[in-house]
Amino acid sequence: MRQLYTFIRKEFLHVFRDRKTLLMLFGLPIAQIVLFGFALSNEIKDSRIALVDYSKDAVTTKLIGKIEASHYFDIRHTLAGGDQLNAAFKRGDIKMAVIFPQGFGDDLIHTGKATLQVIADASDPNQATTITNYLQSIVTDYNAELAQDAQQPMQILPELQMLYNPELRGAPNFVPGVMALVLMLVCTMMTSVAIVREKELGTMEILLVSPFKPVYIVIAKLAPNLLISIVNLFIILVLSDIFLDLPVRGSVVLLVFCSILFILTSLSIGLLLSINAKTQQAAMMGSLMGMMLPTMLLTGFLFPIENMPVFLQVLSNLVPSRWYFIIVKRVMLKGLGFGAVWKETAILAGMCLFLFVISLRNFKIRLQ
Amino acid sequence: METVITTDKLTKRFGAFIAANELSFEVGKGEIFGFLGANGAGKTTAMRMLCGLLAPSSGKARIAGFDIYRETEKIKRNIGYMSQKFSLYDDLTVSENIRFYGGIYGMSVPAIKEKTKVLLEELQLVGEARTLVRELPLGWKQKLAFSVSLVHDPGIVFLDEPTGGVDPVTRRQFWDLIYAAADRGVTIFVTTHYMDEAEYCNRVSIMVDGVIAALDSPAGLKRQYGNQSMEDVFYELARKAKRGD
Amino acid sequence: MITLDKITKTYNKGQITAVKEVSLEVAPGELFGLIGPDGAGKTSIFRILTTLLLADKGTAMVNGCDVVKDYAKIRSSVGYMPGRFSLYQDLTIEENLHFFATVFGTSIRENYDLIKDIYQQIEPFKDRRAGKLSGGMKQKLALCCALIHKPAVLFLDEPTTGVDVVSRKEFWDMLARLKAEGITIMVSTPYMDEANRCDRIALIQKGAILSIDTPAGIIGQFPVALYAVHATHTHRLLAEVRGYAGTDSCFAFGDALHVTLKDAGDAAALADYLRERGLTDVRVEKIVPGIEDCFIRLLKD
Repeated sequence: MRQLYTFIRKEFLHVFRDRKTLLMLFGLPIAQIVLFGFALSNEIKDSRIALVDYSKDAVTTKLIGKIEASHYFDIRHTLAGGDQLNAAFKRGDIKMAVIFPQGFGDDLIHTGKATLQVIADASDPNQATTITNYLQSIVTDYNAELAQDAQQPMQILPELQMLYNPELRGAPNFVPGVMALVLMLVCTMMTSVAIVREKELGTMEILLVSPFKPVYIVIAKLAPNLLISIVNLFIILVLSDIFLDLPVRGSVVLLVFCSILFILTSLSIGLLLSINAKTQQAAMMGSLMGMMLPTMLLTGFLFPIENMPVFLQVLSNLVPSRWYFIIVKRVMLKGLGFGAVWKETAILAGMCLFLFVISLRNFKIRLQ
Repeated sequence: METVITTDKLTKRFGAFIAANELSFEVGKGEIFGFLGANGAGKTTAMRMLCGLLAPSSGKARIAGFDIYRETEKIKRNIGYMSQKFSLYDDLTVSENIRFYGGIYGMSVPAIKEKTKVLLEELQLVGEARTLVRELPLGWKQKLAFSVSLVHDPGIVFLDEPTGGVDPVTRRQFWDLIYAAADRGVTIFVTTHYMDEAEYCNRVSIMVDGVIAALDSPAGLKRQYGNQSMEDVFYELARKAKRGD
Repeated sequence: MITLDKITKTYNKGQITAVKEVSLEVAPGELFGLIGPDGAGKTSIFRILTTLLLADKGTAMVNGCDVVKDYAKIRSSVGYMPGRFSLYQDLTIEENLHFFATVFGTSIRENYDLIKDIYQQIEPFKDRRAGKLSGGMKQKLALCCALIHKPAVLFLDEPTTGVDVVSRKEFWDMLARLKAEGITIMVSTPYMDEANRCDRIALIQKGAILSIDTPAGIIGQFPVALYAVHATHTHRLLAEVRGYAGTDSCFAFGDALHVTLKDAGDAAALADYLRERGLTDVRVEKIVPGIEDCFIRLLKD
């Protein structure tokens, strides 16, 4: 028994003397609780929606008032219909549009029924369902009110139209997110481990003391991972098309181009991580802890970014996968072209260049 | 002389490869027994079997009176072990290491405390009780590791190249410790690459290609091979080896 | 060919001094040995010379180039075999050699003559993966890889550590042949007996040079007479000689004790004393010191 105790005591000593592990053991759970408890939530507040009122009568005004009064929505009034709505959806400016057709109030009073047109962006089906449900509950309440006052039965019927993803499948939201996550993880982990492995083996020393330029070492380490990632990308796209019925609606060339940018960015991050890691284990941990958590939480496919506290939203701007995710959704799901994603592409390109230059400059040509 | 190690045709096979081939020898109590051989000769395999870490394929052996097949746990409790590659935990202090190993062997707390005091005085490390082992110079680490391997007063201690890379003075101080232990009746089973250390042993065995090619006192071996030095004796036997590792 | 001028190197923000103001020179075509135990600073010195580490203080030159400013030139012209080094385990011998040849901008064929003697010993195994080679074979392969581009200077950091006696001997034979080709070779080793195979050696301990000279020169500098003392029971002999008042130093060396006396020439008195104490077969002979004797003596001062 005492022997067991002695051994356990020693194990504790090892753990407490290793600061990096301690940070992970205690720091990580605390960070996670704070994040998941306070900052990240699945609740959706202040969703941006558009209200288009062609009727402008007492009924519509009242209903609009109720919608405004609820804290679920952030209403954009400036849109006047049809094309503007379409463009707004494509840009991702609004998540839902509520359209009151002409003669709404009249229809209601005279026929007892009025249809309300509701269009929702279902590229994130969970979000779409939630928001339309919010709307639905407001309408239902109003219906109940109307039933009390009126002599005849009056009902407002929302007619739902789910854009981009009428069957509300999870895949359209999920697949782009997984693409970003997989490419990011594979690239950073494989690259950092490959470089650190040379250091651990001792072969890095020999490579450095040779006429072989260090930049070539970097390129040699990145090249296979670049190729493998591109192959991976095609596999994912093909599988999405065949099994998930999720083809690329937009330009494949554009998608591949942006994906390569993202892959290069991830490779550069892997390179950066390898600089300070002394063992392959540290490199792997660094990639996982350093990149997996931010990528999963701040890309926007698990938790909507708009609902996060401001500082997390700002932080998410630094995560490359967040921008890539937007590009993929717009090009793959919404079938948009370069014009819709030039901003995100520029940001991604900028990140790529910056990270690559920094990691190259800091690549150690000496041992210390 | 009381024998503490007896082996009879001890063999270890890994598939078709015979790492150790019918080893038969005896070691007496308090003897300093040198176990030499080129890399790949089967030394490590043999040592692991004797320490109870590897089950033999065939043959018999008794270590400290215990059977090598059925009583390996008792063997482990009655022997000490130290190697060049592993000695102590770098991120623990000197006294924490002693306490750990003492505890592992089931020593009582007062016994450990007493032993720690004695050990530190013997090694002149009294002021370093709270120093992390990684901050000790290599020579001190090795000496400390040796003493720690004896913390539970085992009858036999196995030393695997304990003085590799250590400076000449510390090496000899290490052997002073070995002599002191042997004088107290501890049997020392040591492997080494230094041929002069082979001379410090009472008897030396040289393994080649899995068998014991020679076993005698250093003086006896030198006579047998025509009065050459131990180094030349070893060289003559080793160069005939067909195996690298 | 190689010069170090007051090189100092510390680690851990100055807490550990690995190299203390080391200065030495190696002439072209010389086989130079850096002899010292683990932790003496050998690897740090090698890393500074191969431009892998920056020294805290001091300057160093290799083949006319400064290790700091002209590191790229040095890196193209030297061969380096780091300590305990293990090549690419999952590549075969031939693949390893081919890789390093290409990295150095040459091919196996171009300098085959240089490595032929060594390579032929491992050639029968050329399709075996490096991970499955014995210590001796790995060493030969590593040497080939370091030589493949015909470097002007060869740095070998503890090439014989952990390798069996037979391979060690063969290795030094190979080094002698390479020296004949005009390559400057700097070797480090903890084995004192290997010192004798070098043209000149530097004895180093705890970051400081104890002595630099040819092996014969260092032996010649041994200040007093050295005696080898034999008796039947070496272990008892040790205690007795240490107990003798006239003993200055006494160290075990295999089956003999190497002793220096306070009063030179007092050998006969020592022999008598030992016989009186009951030891048999006592012999006290003056001997020429070996490198290890010198090292121990220098440590003492």
